[in-house]
Amino acid sequence: MVDASRSYEPGTHPDLPPPLAVRGPILWMRKNLFGSPLNVILTLVSLYLLYLIVPGILNWAVFDAVFVAGSREECREIDSGACWALANVRFGQFIYGFYPVSERWRIDLTAVLFLLALLPLLWDRTPYRRQWFIYSGLFPLVAFFLLVGGFGLDRVETTRIGGFTLNVVIGVTGIVASLPLGILLALGRRSHMPIVRTLCVMFIEFIRGVPLITLLFVASTMLNYFLPPGTTFDLILRVLIMVTLFSSAYIAEVVRGGLQAIPKGQTEAADAMGLGYWQSMRLIVLPQALKISIPGIVNTFVGLFKDTTLVVIIGLTDVLGVGRASLADSKWQGLAWEVYVFIAILFFVCCFSMARYSIYLEKKLHTGHKR
Amino acid sequence: MSDAAAANLSVSDEVAIQIIGMHKWYGDFHVLKDINLTVNRGERIVVCGPSGSGKSTMIRCINRLEEHQKGRIIVDDIELTHDVKNIAEIRREVGMVFQHFNLFPHLTVLENCTLAPIWVRRLPKKEADDIAMHYLERVKIPEQALKYPGQLSGGQQQRVAIARSLCMSPKIMLFDEPTSALDPEMISEVLDVMVNLAESGMTMLCVTHEMGFARKVANRVIFMDGGEIIEENEPEEFFHNPQSARTKLFLSQILHH
Ligand SMILES: Nc1ncnc2c1ncn2[C@@H]1O[C@H](COP(=O)(O)OP(=O)(O)O)[C@@H](O)[C@H]1O
Ligand SMILES: [Mg+2]
Repeated sequence: MVDASRSYEPGTHPDLPPPLAVRGPILWMRKNLFGSPLNVILTLVSLYLLYLIVPGILNWAVFDAVFVAGSREECREIDSGACWALANVRFGQFIYGFYPVSERWRIDLTAVLFLLALLPLLWDRTPYRRQWFIYSGLFPLVAFFLLVGGFGLDRVETTRIGGFTLNVVIGVTGIVASLPLGILLALGRRSHMPIVRTLCVMFIEFIRGVPLITLLFVASTMLNYFLPPGTTFDLILRVLIMVTLFSSAYIAEVVRGGLQAIPKGQTEAADAMGLGYWQSMRLIVLPQALKISIPGIVNTFVGLFKDTTLVVIIGLTDVLGVGRASLADSKWQGLAWEVYVFIAILFFVCCFSMARYSIYLEKKLHTGHKR
Repeated sequence: MSDAAAANLSVSDEVAIQIIGMHKWYGDFHVLKDINLTVNRGERIVVCGPSGSGKSTMIRCINRLEEHQKGRIIVDDIELTHDVKNIAEIRREVGMVFQHFNLFPHLTVLENCTLAPIWVRRLPKKEADDIAMHYLERVKIPEQALKYPGQLSGGQQQRVAIARSLCMSPKIMLFDEPTSALDPEMISEVLDVMVNLAESGMTMLCVTHEMGFARKVANRVIFMDGGEIIEENEPEEFFHNPQSARTKLFLSQILHH
């Protein structure tokens, strides 16, 4: 006997597609924008605020803006919006600092080579990935040679590296060097050897307890005091070391959090199979721990990248320094908005890309359901 | 019947595991007290006892997941000391299956199985793959080889864990409650694999409360309580004629429901 209310015999019910009303833009709007009275009010208020703000911003930044002009006066004569002509005229300095104009191609080339070196790291289906990694490993040497010179290329004083290039150089070096160092510190902090553990804890806590600015001042002044007289030690190199140490302490704590989330059973299984400590860390524990730590690691990197602007305080001319210098120019006085918005956009593009990449990575590394 | 099946399986008189006067403490807590146990090659021993009696700790001492403080443990003619080389050698020869499988979630089933052969035995990848597929077929899940552990059922995961251990061609297999974390309908698929393994002559030391399994394949059943081995006997004798009051109590608790 078949129950009249059932459309199928028990045990024969097929898998059906979900009803249409579960998807679709109208349903989405009904659910997310107009779901309840409060929701409706919030939606309307938000729309009104957008109506107030967005046209103003667009007018200032795009429609009434001036892109080509010789001075602030000329800008004002042409239109009332932003005077991007400044960024336009000074674009080279913003990006390259005081690097000799005839040698700027070296920075461009380094940037292209850098992206190529990044490719096999970021994209696991790069053809010939293994061989490509060798190039990525050699890239820092190539970059150093290109930026500083030698072997037939004109030498450029490192103090002339400035503008956004300087921020990128410090940021990238700090990121690349602090990740391995931070991982080692995190492992050291969980080590069974008391001396290793104590050293790592002391290092991490000391670095975390001191503001980066202080470390940068140490780099710019006090290191000379400790070094034997007569040795010159490049200022940018000192800054690179300090920034790396600083961010490695943060990375170490982020990674330690990831390590702690890995169940003990994982290392036990690895031990029981006969894997050694380093094998078990490299093959079993770190891949899982780093995956969990991705949001924290990227967060640290984003922070580090923005903190590179602090070098302006110890007299290096990064993009912020160039910005301030150009504001002092009598032809362009009073354009603080344009300068800082331009710099903000530069940083935003880089940091937002990092954030998006981290989301892509998390999705890609997700295997199966969580329990 | 059942003991006849057990008798069919040959046991050599070579010694596989020898534990002599072994003690272990966690801090001040005396977990294992004077453990003496000899396991011959090809023997299948079932260890049972109430929770907290030290069963896991005992078998984990055999591959040095836990360190003992007194007495001797000799596995496959190698004595467990602080010598890292000895420990590594013993771990290569002893496979272990855990209650919670402990598969590596970031690796596929196949990669789980080939990891140790490649990195510990230094086999070429191709050969390790072939061995892994052989054992995955033996535990009847070759079609899952490219999936991740998180996509499998508990029973399938435990069978992968067994295959993973077998890929190292161990001489001895340790099982720590391999079916306790499984839903009831999956227990038998794992036990079938274990029976199959026992019939192939593997030396096995199993902590389990599956008394059907013990009856079918065990040469001896060991009962532990309070960190001591209380009783040790052949399965039929053990179940029908327990000697100590504690064994009787324990058996009445696990058999009567
Ligand atoms: N790492 C540890 N530290 C301290 N005590 C432990 C530890 N592991 C287990 N124990 C204790 O040792 C006793 C034996 O544990 P275990 O061998 O896991 O028992 P079983 O496997 O028989 O249930 C229990 O009382 C348990 O609480
Ligand atoms: Mg246990």
